[in-house]
Amino acid sequence: MNAEVRKIKTAAELALVDAYAAAKPKLPGTGALKALREEAFKRFDAEGLPHRRVEEWKYTDLRALMRDLKPLAAAPDAKAKALAKNAGKLLASVESRKLVFVDGAFVAELSDLTPEAGLTITSMAQALAKGDALVTAHVGKVVATNDVAVALNTALMGDGAVIRIAAGASIARPIHLVFAATTPSSMFTRSLVVIEKGARAMLLESHEGASDYQVNAALEMVVGDDAHVDHVKIVSDGAAALHVSSLMASVGAHARFNDFSFTTGGAVVRSQLFLRFDGEGTVANIRGATLLKDRQHADITLVADHVAKGCQSREIFKSVLDGESRGVFQGKIIVRPKAQKTDGRMMTRALLLSETAEADNKPELEIFADDVQCGHGATAGALDEDLLFYLKARGIPAREAEALLIQAFIGEAVEGIEHAGLREVLMEAAVAWLKARG
Amino acid sequence: MPAVQETVDQVRLIDVDQYKYGFVTDVESEKAPKGLSEDTVRFISAKKNEPAWMLEWRLEAYRRWLTMREPNWARVEYPKIDYQDLYYYSAPKRNALASLDEVDPEILKTYEKLGIPLREQEMLAGVVRQDSEGNNLGERRVAVDAVFDSVSVATTFKEELKKAGVIFMPISEALREHPELVKKYLGTVVPVTDNYFATLNSAVFSDGSFVYVPPGVRCPMELSTYFRINEANTGQFERTLIIADKGAYVSYLEGCTAPMRDENQLHAAVVELVALEDAEIKYSTVQNWYPGDANGKGGIFNFVTKRGDCRGDRAKISWTQVETGSAITWKYPSCILRGDDSRGEFYSIAISNGRQQVDSGTKMIHLGKNTTSRIISKGIAAGRSNNTYRGLVSAHRKAKGARNFTNCDSLLIGDKCGAHTVPYIEAKNSSAVFEHEATTSKISDDMLFYCRQRGMSAEEATALVVNGFVKDVLQQLPMEFAVEAQKLISISLEGSVG
Repeated sequence: MNAEVRKIKTAAELALVDAYAAAKPKLPGTGALKALREEAFKRFDAEGLPHRRVEEWKYTDLRALMRDLKPLAAAPDAKAKALAKNAGKLLASVESRKLVFVDGAFVAELSDLTPEAGLTITSMAQALAKGDALVTAHVGKVVATNDVAVALNTALMGDGAVIRIAAGASIARPIHLVFAATTPSSMFTRSLVVIEKGARAMLLESHEGASDYQVNAALEMVVGDDAHVDHVKIVSDGAAALHVSSLMASVGAHARFNDFSFTTGGAVVRSQLFLRFDGEGTVANIRGATLLKDRQHADITLVADHVAKGCQSREIFKSVLDGESRGVFQGKIIVRPKAQKTDGRMMTRALLLSETAEADNKPELEIFADDVQCGHGATAGALDEDLLFYLKARGIPAREAEALLIQAFIGEAVEGIEHAGLREVLMEAAVAWLKARG
Repeated sequence: MPAVQETVDQVRLIDVDQYKYGFVTDVESEKAPKGLSEDTVRFISAKKNEPAWMLEWRLEAYRRWLTMREPNWARVEYPKIDYQDLYYYSAPKRNALASLDEVDPEILKTYEKLGIPLREQEMLAGVVRQDSEGNNLGERRVAVDAVFDSVSVATTFKEELKKAGVIFMPISEALREHPELVKKYLGTVVPVTDNYFATLNSAVFSDGSFVYVPPGVRCPMELSTYFRINEANTGQFERTLIIADKGAYVSYLEGCTAPMRDENQLHAAVVELVALEDAEIKYSTVQNWYPGDANGKGGIFNFVTKRGDCRGDRAKISWTQVETGSAITWKYPSCILRGDDSRGEFYSIAISNGRQQVDSGTKMIHLGKNTTSRIISKGIAAGRSNNTYRGLVSAHRKAKGARNFTNCDSLLIGDKCGAHTVPYIEAKNSSAVFEHEATTSKISDDMLFYCRQRGMSAEEATALVVNGFVKDVLQQLPMEFAVEAQKLISISLEGSVG
């Protein structure tokens, strides 16, 4: 009842305040960028870490889940770089341009910086320090949000990628942002990707690491008119890691925007997607697959905000929950008064493999225009006994039959990825996960 | 298509903000002093000659309420309610009555105008039951408890119900005549501390209905309560408690109307249902409080807590609601499925027009094994209204084999209204099977074209489509109410058709 009465800061909150005060002089950026940080920090200071009384964080009580703050990551030394050498190997079979970030900092020598027409790459730390025009124009402005996790990222953002794809350019190889964590520290990365009119690109993002670390990653994406963008994010963080990431994307007219989130790692994962469809006639496919075991907790929170008319969005999210894991999906489709003829369909399905797993679904519709077709579906349940029986009757052992059905379940989401190689890699990862399950 | 014709006729007859039941009855009334304090609570308790434990219960609720905050999570906006500027008790004078003949004729006239039969010989017009061969089974009878502002003014068919062992009386009377029953069940479904409005209600409720159906008894007739707010600046806080003992069955209807007034009036009711083993309770509401005028002036603020507890195995509770009135609706009739194999149902039509704001839905809490629930919700938004479905379905660790099916559809008429869906689906064990689907759309041009091609006017076509849209829910209503509800739907939508 007394939601707002809360003045005492937790250990993690106090540590964040201290960390900001200590890091402030060294954080890159001056003038307006500095003011942006300051303002974002003030929001955090006033509101604290999000907790279960904050509606959007109802199922992921970060205040309770984040017990302490790991020290802010230091610049990676030779040892860290050596550890990160093989990072991103899950996608080794996919021909891509790798940009490697070790403990939140860009490492040029591990990255592929071969020049390509229409492609500009800089590190966020440099861009912030220089007051790069692209960064000042877009950072913190792509999609306005009151989210405190985003505010924290803005306050403490260190490094990341700044990528610009010029109008009409078609980037041949996928650009792969590899985020590797090697020390028990906390990292705040911020990336900005601007895809200009009619350009085409595929962006891969993978997060991995072994130790007990904390990631707060934010990615802002500006998708121009007629552009075609694929974004695939893979969270395979270490079993003790805390991963909070936010994607903020504004999409122009007649664009194609495909997004996929694949989550298997991390102790606590919160993936937020704030998408705004600004131009008419855009087609968006937002999908995800989550495979959890033990005591993992993963939360995907999606807001698809339709501002312009005639857009189509399709959302499919699948989660497979084993052990005592908890899968959360919150998806909100907003249709503004001017977004007539919006066609939105959202489907979220949870498969519970153990007695003790938990699935929480909150698919929301918020509609202010009358000439729309919007719908959502949500299901939760165990594997279908009849289907299992059917397979077993044909001589397939129970465990194998289960695995087949689970693959088919995940497959429905994965098959929407346009890149064939990537589809295979993710299906293989799902199979490996099933094998590890025993 | 007589039903459609009727709908269209109704639409023609009534203008947009002409609320049919908006008249004021001129009766002398007795009020508690304005404002809320311990004295008000004591005044109400004393008025009702309540036992001491009841006063204590109320005072505890009041003290608790003082420490609570008004909830603000719902998608409704309203000016701050000044709880000290309300009358918490208003009763027509001469209310200690021996028979119906002593009821103030003005009040009788009011109910007559509302179409509610208080005289037992009167039957609901035009409804004759027939068996499968078409033979008349005699008129269908409904026992009525009429609540006028803060008190119950008349309860019909008491004697006959008594023969069957059914207790149906105002709760104030039940507190005196059956204190053991009331004490045993009151506040066990909606605890005193449940929420801001329920706690307020616990402190100041003045009347409402009490129903007890003994083991194995099928209540011989429909029971119903008609609530009427008449006085200005009066809050209505009624409390309904229905208990169906082992193997019992009861169907209960609730209707509500209020005069048109420029200021907003507060209605904060609590309804508690208890179904023991193998019992079934069917609770239907046609909510037609004054919705305010076209500019959003006036209207009832309806903050209601309704909850049913399937306490025994194989119990069943079914909520059916047609919500057309109120400036603000904040209402989530819920089922706690505690007993194994128990069943909860929720059927709802919520229609908003003008500047109405509806935030309504249900909660299905699965606790027992093999419990099932079903939610069918149809929201229709027109004018400048906002219509939100907010619902929770949850299965706890031990609720093996829990099943839920939810379907919530919204229809938008016009481009200035909003329709929202906020479902919470929480499965905490793997044998729970939950399915949820929701759609939002407008009346399709194809459907309208199809109808118009066959010679129907735009109005008729819209009415037909809307009736088809809500059919699933209307079918769940007792017959008398289904007709009334259908009319209400067309009235509410007037001004938006076409």
